[in-house]
Amino acid sequence: MGRFHHHTDGDGHQDHGHHDHGHHDRTDGEHDHHGLGDHSGYETGTERIMVLEQILGENDRIAAANRAELAASGIRSVNLMSSPGAGKTTLLAKTIPALAGRLRVGVLEGDIATSLDADELAGLGAQVALVNTSAGFGGECHLDAVMVRAGLDRLVLADIDLLLIENVGNLVCPAEFDVGQDRRAMVYAITEGEDKPLKYPVMFRAADVVVVNKLDLLPHLRFDLDEFHRNLTEVNPEATVVELSAETGEGLDRWLHWLQSV
Amino acid sequence: MHELSLCGAIAETALEHAAGRPIERIRLRIGHFRQVVPETLQFCWEVRVDGTALEGCALDVDYVAAQVSCNGCRSTTTLEHPLLLCGSCGGADVTMTSGDEFLIESIEVGSARAKQVR
Repeated sequence: MGRFHHHTDGDGHQDHGHHDHGHHDRTDGEHDHHGLGDHSGYETGTERIMVLEQILGENDRIAAANRAELAASGIRSVNLMSSPGAGKTTLLAKTIPALAGRLRVGVLEGDIATSLDADELAGLGAQVALVNTSAGFGGECHLDAVMVRAGLDRLVLADIDLLLIENVGNLVCPAEFDVGQDRRAMVYAITEGEDKPLKYPVMFRAADVVVVNKLDLLPHLRFDLDEFHRNLTEVNPEATVVELSAETGEGLDRWLHWLQSV
Repeated sequence: MHELSLCGAIAETALEHAAGRPIERIRLRIGHFRQVVPETLQFCWEVRVDGTALEGCALDVDYVAAQVSCNGCRSTTTLEHPLLLCGSCGGADVTMTSGDEFLIESIEVGSARAKQVR
């Protein structure tokens, strides 16, 4: 039961002989209802139903609904992703007051089980709703469209211009899940090393903007900024890059400018 | 790392298509770029379906190799790791040609005995 066919040579999409009994040529996603007598050569009277659906198809449909609702409310949205500790929350804590009077900001704060980040952001002038991901299948490592859907219900959308969705700190999973955002932003800290874009290309390719954070630490690190840029260009030549220090505020203006152009 | 939620999505889609009939096998097609760990997916599947109508249902996965085609030297490389580099010339100007698949391909359901369950 449950054995894996592991193909490493590109033939993974070929069918295995005995499964080939003429039912798989329909690609319209319709059920392939054949009479039970129509299974010549098929041993147990099982019926094969072509599904041909994206694994995350349901997530993508809900994400599309989120996107439509946000658009109808006149809200632009950014999905903020990074590894743990890259500085997403600190960046938000600097961003919210800086945008005061220009954009009304809402924050959806994804966290596996705590409200620590949401507490840090409370009182800065933005609406903040916490999305604890433990409500999913036991502590998710990412936000999905359903969780964001639930979070939207806890915000007064009419009072928001820009929604910042702080994803769970993780460089793998959040890249796979569309939550309905307009843009994806990735916060990368130079303490993570130059090779991160090469090690996590799916994440870096997903980003519309890459914030290069903790720039104030550059004199203290053995870090080659040029090499990082080369690596990033290799996996995502189209990304906008903003270098800044959320801690000192250096470079923050370009980030604010990007946010206002979303 | 997100294999458990993938299993939830797979189970829901499969059950929907089975319309109440017992599912014996689910066939998936997953590209290597999707960063799914085969052993973890299998483990999560068993955890996810344990004690449900899908208990015992096999998960067959065709893993599709991640391949890139070099725009410089025109050679094709099958990637061992998700480093988007040409294996021949080392160039980074490559186009992904496969490995992005993420599909529930088909399910195999039992005879109509258990039909009309819902």
